[in-house]
Amino acid sequence: MTELEPAGATTKNGAPEKYYVRFTREQRYMHAALFTSFLGLAATGLPMRFSESFWARRFATAVGGFGSILFLHKFFAVVLTIAFLLHLKEIFQRGVINREKGVFWGPASMVANWKDVKDIFGHMRWFLGLGPKPKFDRYAYWEKFDYWAVFWGMIVIGFSGYAMWFAPFFAHFLPGWALNAVLVIHSEEALLAVLFIFSIHFVNTHLRPDSFPMDMVIFTGVESEAEFEHKRTLEFERNAARGELEKKVGIAPPLWLLNFSKVVGFTAIFIGFMLLVLTLTAYFS
Amino acid sequence: MNQAAVKTVDSDQWSVVRKTGIRGQGSGINARIALVVLSLAFLAVAPRWLGAQDCLTCHGDSSMTDANGHSIFVDQTKFSSSIHGSLECSNCHADIKGYPHPDKIAPVDCKTCHADQADQLKSSVHADTREHPCTSCHGNAHEIFPKADARSAVYPLNVPKTCGQCHGTNGMAGKHGLASVYPNYIDSIHGFALSKEGLLVAANCQSCHGSHKILRHTDPASPTYKSNIPQTCGNCHAQINADYQAGVHGQAIARGDLKAPVCSDCHTAHAILQPTESAFRMQSTPICGNCHKDKFSTYRDTFHSQLGSLGGYVETARCWDCHQAHDVRPASDPSSPINPANLIATCGRCHAGANASFVQYQPHANARDRKLNPGLYFVRLFMNLLLASVLTFFMLHTILWLIRSRLSQLKNRADNGGKHD
Repeated sequence: MTELEPAGATTKNGAPEKYYVRFTREQRYMHAALFTSFLGLAATGLPMRFSESFWARRFATAVGGFGSILFLHKFFAVVLTIAFLLHLKEIFQRGVINREKGVFWGPASMVANWKDVKDIFGHMRWFLGLGPKPKFDRYAYWEKFDYWAVFWGMIVIGFSGYAMWFAPFFAHFLPGWALNAVLVIHSEEALLAVLFIFSIHFVNTHLRPDSFPMDMVIFTGVESEAEFEHKRTLEFERNAARGELEKKVGIAPPLWLLNFSKVVGFTAIFIGFMLLVLTLTAYFS
Repeated sequence: MNQAAVKTVDSDQWSVVRKTGIRGQGSGINARIALVVLSLAFLAVAPRWLGAQDCLTCHGDSSMTDANGHSIFVDQTKFSSSIHGSLECSNCHADIKGYPHPDKIAPVDCKTCHADQADQLKSSVHADTREHPCTSCHGNAHEIFPKADARSAVYPLNVPKTCGQCHGTNGMAGKHGLASVYPNYIDSIHGFALSKEGLLVAANCQSCHGSHKILRHTDPASPTYKSNIPQTCGNCHAQINADYQAGVHGQAIARGDLKAPVCSDCHTAHAILQPTESAFRMQSTPICGNCHKDKFSTYRDTFHSQLGSLGGYVETARCWDCHQAHDVRPASDPSSPINPANLIATCGRCHAGANASFVQYQPHANARDRKLNPGLYFVRLFMNLLLASVLTFFMLHTILWLIRSRLSQLKNRADNGGKHD
């Protein structure tokens, strides 16, 4: 079980554990804004999607009836839209204005490359005991998939959502049948997002034995040297070879931050699982 | 009865008491005095026609009972102000010719005077006069008031309670396998108007069912027979009836097609709700769906339905918001709100800014019908394939990963106590 040790922890040979920065403060806030608004959207969207299930009406009544639930859904949608636009601005800033290297291409980029394809097959061979475990760089293929699934999902769900919200306006550019289609697209894509995040993302990122019970790096921003080297071997080795490892050294997360992150993280995971269970009961009943 | 008093009664007097079956219940003394006076009066003037005052000598005593213990008291004040107050007792109790009269007297036959009503009753559901004597609705025989009098059991505001004695939860209705309708009625918009506002014009039981000639709803002559219901409700709701008659449902009924809905099919017979209330808006769409199954099923796929079935204060479109409630017409009819020429106005009632392209939206699109809605069909197919393939791939991927990861973690731990796989 890999957990980040609190400040002052030491490695086996007595040296203080080193921590490396993986995510900036802005990136951690972005993830928090993302999962908060996503949980809000899921909690207010699922009762509408499964409005005839036994829990939907009770839930809608609990938050103040159908008027409130639609209002809250739109509220979280606006929050998520703003977060998405801020992210686009950050990418534009880093990649285009600052001309930072490796944003759009290279081993540390989110953009998929040939190595990701090889990693998918290599990883699967390792699952079946047919080969060695591949070494991953800054972002593994399933992390890139998570990122692009959310990226694509926000465009698709966001566009179809706004098309319904402002249907008479969108009707100026869209054919009539598209107004029917946007609901299908919105609810199916959202269902995929809910099922994917609350089962696959949770397990792949947080609950798998390597990270169990939660990968704290998205909350604290730093990870221990051992974890860095183990999980993102290529990035570690590349930085070590260039002698740039020291640039990434951060401070050990304080105990309060660890505890706070655990409370927030486990609450989010708990809500997500509850929504997953409700979704599955509604889907299969 | 007071036992001590009985023992001290003079045996002659007591025999009179026993013979006539008259006993003082609370006060033996009063009864005895009354009997003595009565006997003397009787001897002095007999035989002659008995007047009400003569009868009230005994029957005016509120403690008097017959041999079975039933009260034989007649409230003189109420009787004299009742609709029959000017009559002599013997007008109705015709078999009593003198005093003392026999223990058992013939039941009063109201039809002697009320022949029309008796005739109507004979063909009605209440024909059995032993089960349903006149008094079961009109109340105490000696306290019957005109129906416009608030004291009357058949005064409009009292009718539901009167009928409810039998047609309520604990009444005869249950015994005879009839539905208990009183609670439904009293909580309905009619019941509220009557019980809360005291509206005399509010529909009560007899407004729809009639009074003496109540017939089963299966009887074509009944005002509650299916094809007669629009006219029955139309007695008050004239404009709505006119609208209904102009619509497809009214015309179908007029043609004799009894499958078409009448007022009570949507509004129910007794538990009628205010149609703008959310409770009614919630329950009514499935009612249309009872017949229009395909339209209901496609409606349920839409956002109108999804949001609308969440309850509370519901303002998303229900069937009649677009189709009209009473004057329902096919889309081909130029005056129908769903005629293509009227769609912008109809949709625009909720959707400000509705335009020609906007109203191309299909409120009953079927994403499973490739011929009818090809675009929607392929969008749904694509989304379903996307969902299935992504979830299947990652489900397998995650499960295999979990197993492999755990196995190698355990192996490493056994080897060197390491944390990682």
